[in-house]
This record gives sequence, C-alpha cells and structure tokens, in this order.
Amino acid sequence: MTEAVAQQLTAEARRDAISAACLLAVAPQALRGLRLRARAGHHRDAYLDILAALLPTVLGAAGRESVHRWHRLPSQTTEDRLLGGLDLVATLAEGRPVLEPGILARAKGGYVLIPMAERLPTATAARISHVMDTGEILDGVPACFGLIALDEGIDDEALPEALGDRLAIHVELEPGPPFDEVDLDELRERTEAARQAFAATKLDDATCDAIAAVSLALDVRSVRAMALCHAVTRAAAALDGVDTATPDHLALAIRLVLLPRARQIPQQAEAPPPQEQPPPDAPEPNLDQPPPDPSTQQALDDIVLAAALARLPPDVLARLAGDARTRVAASSTARSGGNETRARHGRPAGVRLGDPTRGDRLDIVATLRTAAPWQALRQRKPDAPVVLQRSDFRVKRLVRPTGVTTIFLVDASGSSAMHRLAEVKGAVELLLADCYVRRDHVALIAFRGKAAELLLPPTRALARAKRALAALPGGGGTPLASALVNAEAVVADVRRRGNRAEIVVLTDGRANVDRNGRPGRANAEADAQAAARSLRAKGVGTLVIDTSARPDPASGRLAKALGAAYMALPYADARTLSSAVRAASASTAPARGARA
Amino acid sequence: MDDPSQTPSPLPRVAAPRVSKAAPYPFTAIVGQEALKSALLVAAVDPRIGGVLILGDRGTGKSTSVRALAAALPSMTVVADCPYACDPSTSNGACASVCAQACDKATAETVDVPVPVVDLPLGVTEDRVVGALDLERALTRGEKAFEPGLLARAHRGFLYVDEVNLLEDHIVDLLLDVAASGENVVEREGLSVRHPARFVLVGSGNPEEGDLRPQLLDRFGLAVDVKTPGDVASRVEIMRRRDAFDTDPKAFAARYAQAETDLRQRLTDARNTLAEVDVPDEIYLKTAELCAHLGTDGVRGELTMLRAARALAAISGEATVTLAHIRQLAPSALGHRLRRDPLDDVAATVRVERAVSEVLGPELPGSEVLGA
Repeated sequence: MTEAVAQQLTAEARRDAISAACLLAVAPQALRGLRLRARAGHHRDAYLDILAALLPTVLGAAGRESVHRWHRLPSQTTEDRLLGGLDLVATLAEGRPVLEPGILARAKGGYVLIPMAERLPTATAARISHVMDTGEILDGVPACFGLIALDEGIDDEALPEALGDRLAIHVELEPGPPFDEVDLDELRERTEAARQAFAATKLDDATCDAIAAVSLALDVRSVRAMALCHAVTRAAAALDGVDTATPDHLALAIRLVLLPRARQIPQQAEAPPPQEQPPPDAPEPNLDQPPPDPSTQQALDDIVLAAALARLPPDVLARLAGDARTRVAASSTARSGGNETRARHGRPAGVRLGDPTRGDRLDIVATLRTAAPWQALRQRKPDAPVVLQRSDFRVKRLVRPTGVTTIFLVDASGSSAMHRLAEVKGAVELLLADCYVRRDHVALIAFRGKAAELLLPPTRALARAKRALAALPGGGGTPLASALVNAEAVVADVRRRGNRAEIVVLTDGRANVDRNGRPGRANAEADAQAAARSLRAKGVGTLVIDTSARPDPASGRLAKALGAAYMALPYADARTLSSAVRAASASTAPARGARA
Repeated sequence: MDDPSQTPSPLPRVAAPRVSKAAPYPFTAIVGQEALKSALLVAAVDPRIGGVLILGDRGTGKSTSVRALAAALPSMTVVADCPYACDPSTSNGACASVCAQACDKATAETVDVPVPVVDLPLGVTEDRVVGALDLERALTRGEKAFEPGLLARAHRGFLYVDEVNLLEDHIVDLLLDVAASGENVVEREGLSVRHPARFVLVGSGNPEEGDLRPQLLDRFGLAVDVKTPGDVASRVEIMRRRDAFDTDPKAFAARYAQAETDLRQRLTDARNTLAEVDVPDEIYLKTAELCAHLGTDGVRGELTMLRAARALAAISGEATVTLAHIRQLAPSALGHRLRRDPLDDVAATVRVERAVSEVLGPELPGSEVLGA
C-alpha cells in the first residue's frame, strides 16, 4: 500500500466521521447515539465541537440553533445518581421524602456524554440499555436522551457490548490536522433541511435486501444493527436531499454501522486490489442500474460491500477478521467484577461510618441505633419522631469474593511442537476442566516464532479457550521472554479488576528468541531470566511444567527464576497436575477468600 | 418527577398498570424465533415449568420477545392496593404476615392489572431484590416497615434477568432459592417477613461472554438457543417491521391488534383446558425412554417435558399430547440437562435431536419439528 493510498484512506475516514456527525444530527432519535473511538485530545474535542454545533438543541424539535451542552456521566456513577432516588440529606432536613432526579432524567431531550466509556461498568451499561429499550427511567418517568460514548480503549478494552449494540454509528477517529475543510454553516443548513425530510425518506426493496445480504456476509448477528443501518441509510439519503437512497448512501451506512460490528470479512472481498477504487466523488460504475431484478441484486450486494470494504485501511480488515470475536466477548465479561477497591456489591459484612450519598449502602438499623441515645438531647420536631444527623449514618461493609484468573503460557515452538504439543494441549484441557469446576477465569498466551500472543484475554467461556487451543499451530522459535512480559501485563490487568492471578507455564525452557524477536540463545536466555525475575517480584503463584522429552535444566532454571513450583510433564496426570497448580498458588499467594 | 412531594415513594410498591409506557413491539410481529416464542408461551400457560433460559447473540430479539410477551398476556385479577398482587380467588391470605389488612378475600375490591414483567438489572443490590426496611419511613417517621423488593413485584408474573450469566453469584443463589420455594423469606435489619413470590424466571445471555453456572442451568425448565435468521428474506422482513414500528408505533400496533387479541384468547383457553389435556401412556413411556437414552440426571427433565407438552397441546387447542409435541419440545426441555463436558462446544440440541430420531423414529412428514 503506497503512501498516497494510505493518505487517501485517512482523508476518507475523516470525511466519514464528518458524515457521521451530520447523520446523527439528522435523525438523533432513530440513531440513538454515537460511539466515538478515539484518544482524548484536541482532535477529538474539535470533532465534538462540530457535533455539538450540528445537533438539534432538543431531540425531536427541528430547527433551533444554539451550541448544545452535554450532560457528562461521571465515572463511578451510582444507581441513585443515574436513575434518580431519595435525596437523603434533604429528606432528613424536610422530614418528608425528597426525590432527586438522576442524570438520565436531567438530560431530558439532550445528550448524555460518557467519557472513558471503555471503563463503564457492565452493570451501569445494562441500566442505560434498559432505559433506552423501555423509554422509561423509573416507572412513569419518560426517558428521552441521546448518547455519545467516548471510547478511549486500546486493544480489547471497549465499551460494554450491551450499550455499543444500541448505538447506531461507530466512528474511529485518528489524530489529524484540524477540521478546517468543514463549512459548519453549510452543514447545519443541510442537516436541518434533512431533518425535516427524514420521515419521508424511504428505501427501495433492493436496498433493504442489500442490507440484509451484507449483514449476513459480515456475520453481523444483531438484528438491531440491521434496523439501525436501515435508518442510517435513510438519513444519508435525506442529507443529500434525495428521497430514495443510492448505493453510495448504502455504502456509507455499511461503513458506519455494519463494518464495525463485523465478525467476519468475506473471502472474496479481501482480494479487491486497492487501485480499483475510484476517487470518492467520481460516480461509481454501479449507479446506472436502478431496476432491482434478481440478477443485478446479487451484484448490488457485492458492489456495495466491495465499495465499503475498499475504503477501509488494510490493518482494520486484518484486525476485524482476527479478533472481532475476541474483542466482543472479552470486554464485558471481565468487567462484571469492576475494579473498585471497596466493594459496592456482595454480601454484607458489618457496618462502618460512612456517607450514603457516595454510593455506599446505608444500614438503616445501625443508623437508627446510633441516633437513638441522642434523641432526648436533640430537639424534636413534631413531624419527625427521630432526629438524625449526618454523623449518624452507618453504611454497610460489603465483601465480594475475589475471582481467580489462571493464565496459561503455552510453548508452541518447534522444539516443543516436534515432541509433544498435542500432549501439552491435552494437559491444558485437563487444567481447564479444573478451572471450570472452580469458576475461574482463564487466559491463554501462546508463544512461538518471533513473539508471544495473547490468544484469549481473561474469560470464563472455557469452550472458547479450548477452541483457541485447538487452532494453535506449532513451530518456530521459543520467545520465552516475550511470553513472560505478556503474562506480566495480563497479571496487572487482572489485578486492576480486583482478581487474583495464577500462572501455569508449559515449556521446555529452551528460549532462543529474545524479547525483541531476534534469534540467539544467549540473549534469549538472559532476557527470559530477567523477565522471570520481574514477574516473580509480582508475587504470583506460578507453576512450570516441563514439556521436554526428558527433564531439562533450562526449565529448572526458569522455575527457579520465577520462584515457581516445577514438575515434569511425563509424570503429570489429571490429578497431580491440578493438585500441583493448587499447591503452587497456595504457597505464594494468600488463600482465596473475601476482601473488604 | 417534577414535584417530588406528589410522589409518595421513589419505588412503586404495586405492580401498577404501566399506562405511561410506550407500546412495546407486538409479540405476534416477531419474525421467526419459533422455539423461543413457544417456550415463552408454554411458560406463561403453566408457570410451574420453571422458567425459560434464552441463550444467543446480542440483538437477536431476546429482550424484545420477553417485553412483548407481557403485553400479549391476559390480564390478571388482584386485590386492589395489595402490594403483593394477591389473587382474590385463592382462599387463604398467603401474604397475611405483611398485608393482612387489605386482603380479606371476601370483601376486598379487585382490579384487573397486566401481568407484571419485572426487569432485574445487573448490579442490583440484594435489598432491591428481596425488599428491605423502608428507608424513607424509617428516617422520617421512625417506623419499622417493610418495603417490598423486585421479587414481590414479580409475584404471579415474570422476572426477567438480562445477561443472567454475568449476574453476581449471591444474587443468583437468592433467585434460585425463591424461585424453587415460591416464597420470599426476609430475615434482616430487624425485619421478619415472608410473602409469596411465585414467578416465571426468564433469563437471557450470550454464552460467549461467560458460562452460566451449571447449577443454575438445570434449574430453568426450558432453555432455547436463539440465532438471527440466516436468510435474507426474514432479515428484510425484520428490518421492515422494525422500521414501521419505529416510525409509527401506534399504527404498527394497530395492525397486529387482532393477532394479539387472538393470542390472548388462545392463552386464556389454554389455561382453562390445561388440566383436561390427556397424556397417553405411550407418551410417558417414550419420554422416559428418551431421557434414559440421553442420560439426563434426575427426573426433572421428564417432568418438565410432560408439563410443557401438555401446555403446548393446550395452546394449540388439542385434547391429547402427541409425539409431535414431544419432538418439538425435546431440544429446549432436555438440551441443557445433558451431562456435558464444559469444554465440549457441540450444541446440545444436536445431541437431543439425534436421540429423538433414534427413540421416536425419523420425523414423520407433516409433523412440526423446530429447526436446531
């Protein structure tokens, strides 16, 4: 791919991003919102400014101009603050229940902005999704808001899928020069005209069929995505001032709605040579085929899909094809626990002094008990038999058992694969079955060739671990250092989520690729030793299982550097393996259990 | 929420008629998903079946179906003002310990309300689920009063847990316990309350995001796998209907009003005739044979299967359970009860279908059997 083509693609991505802002402004209610995947910075702020300028002031009301104010959703928003609840302090002062509306209610007709959406707890995402589905916050309080999720995630971190699925447009924004080319006044005029025309815009049957066929080809399983793509196509047509969508509009909608959700990229579409794509303004060859007879129908699907795919940078394709599946699943599972240092969910275990407005659960009995001795001294109001003060508040201490994540490091290098990769896979399967019984999370890192790869981020879906393992090819060098460095990153991630990590390394220990991917036994060995010592400093329970044909001093040295328990695979059966893992984790880590 | 003083409580205590709610998508307008629809209807006709588990990808219409079902069900009669939605036809006041004053069966006023479908959100606290000391009365008036939780609101209706596989374990334990006993016993914060909580537990989730605990799996009566239709025609139809619904929900609902009324009538009839549906000895025999062949643990599989088959026969207006009913229900009634290797991702329904064709013989032409 040449420099020029890459530049053109970036320019097109920018144009798509601007189109996305216009489309959202055309049909804010039908599209529900926008997921903006970008790093924080000037560029993103500039984009949000454009968006704010285009969006209608009040959802559904057309034609009023003023810069819109977002309602930001603070991180760690509690249920009360999100949905509304009893205002404790005011209730006490007034002696009657005082309700306080939540953020979603206050955003009436406006937009809720979720910064750092990739850190949004799954539970909060579920609440918001529910409100979006039912159109009602608490009983009887109608909900009307648009949602802008700022996703700053890297790699597998992403907005919880429950919410992401409900937002029509997904925009990925790369940093770039300021949006000088945007003529804001012209765009605003066009979007306002389009907002009026949107309701009357219809799609013909061929376009509907094409959306269905393309979503099938991309293995988009969500029916919601199709409906949203339908709406976006209509909005795109309205924006261009026509009442029937053309394939161009469809291709834009597919790029914005369906492609980011794709779970597979069709084979034939990976082939199209990049030079085939015309400049975006040139009419595409498929424009002159309005009659949707069955023979051209197939052609329309293919052309539209190819046009949509051709406008994507190649690494996006590779990433989508590679780990769309992983990303979908990894993000929300692992976060169900949250990363709070003080558990907000769990079983109650005692009380402490605290402030219930900060999201802790008020323990009423303990609060009343604290207040009781003072009642005679405190002045009694006739309508408030109990006088409470802030200092009486007692909140519940909750404990949540910490989960365990077992990280498997599997050596699939040539030296291992020659002999016993199959046996290693069998051993890991035995351990996985053990993890299932204990409800552990598992993560899988494979290393071969130049570097290690995180095949599976921490998950409870063990069937996926097994699939990943089964598909693991063997051969190549042994980048042991890279594997250990990767493992350390996963350990940090697991701990951030409030769980405990255990590591099982299955290797023959003969490192011959250093952490930069260069071959050389001496360097590789030194790097591996250094990485092992660094990992040891984390205090993670580790087990090294020697997979070489006869016990090898190299893996013994590795175990020593890791401070790990060591055993040789020839003698490993299911029971000894799993008890060895237990023993290894018990010796270096505190017992599993509750955590305040 | 404009004037807080007008609202007596932030958490409504009665399964009140949801007048303000925007009309949900009509149940009869859902394209495909036959297994899911019949499982939900079966559970609605005979709540003793023990809940429905819906597994599938996001956006395949799981939540839509459940929420649509609520609107499609015949309304139920309750004692007016009873926070536990007491049934006036049952003689004993099961909720006596908490609301005896309102539920004197002979004299109480009754009202018809829609069947409640209560959402249990992820991250919900135990207090909200089982009920707790009424915060506002305790703080402002110093009274000890019980504020019913979601379990009370779901009584005689449905409790819907989206993403049940991500729900915290201690909440799941609690749900299972109450669902099995039909009674919520609260012993906390100086309260001692028990009230009836019989509901159909409906859980949904995407298994790729995390496995369900095996203990929980077995507690659901029926489990269905849902997939997005794989053919263009159904997908186009889904899109059309969704678009029509979004554009004008009222007009769309009106188009399906007749179908909804018919469905409601069918369900009412099915409930009335349920007890009279005849189960021939052959059906008992074949069901036992099928379960033995599959090696399901315990007899819960057989019992659920028979109950569900009876309900299905009642819904389709037949007086006798036939093998076709067994065939249709076997995947959802037995699929999740197979002793399974946690690492084996071969769909259990495939194994059930194989067993069905081995035990009951190959599918007869004309008999209705659901796709995998």
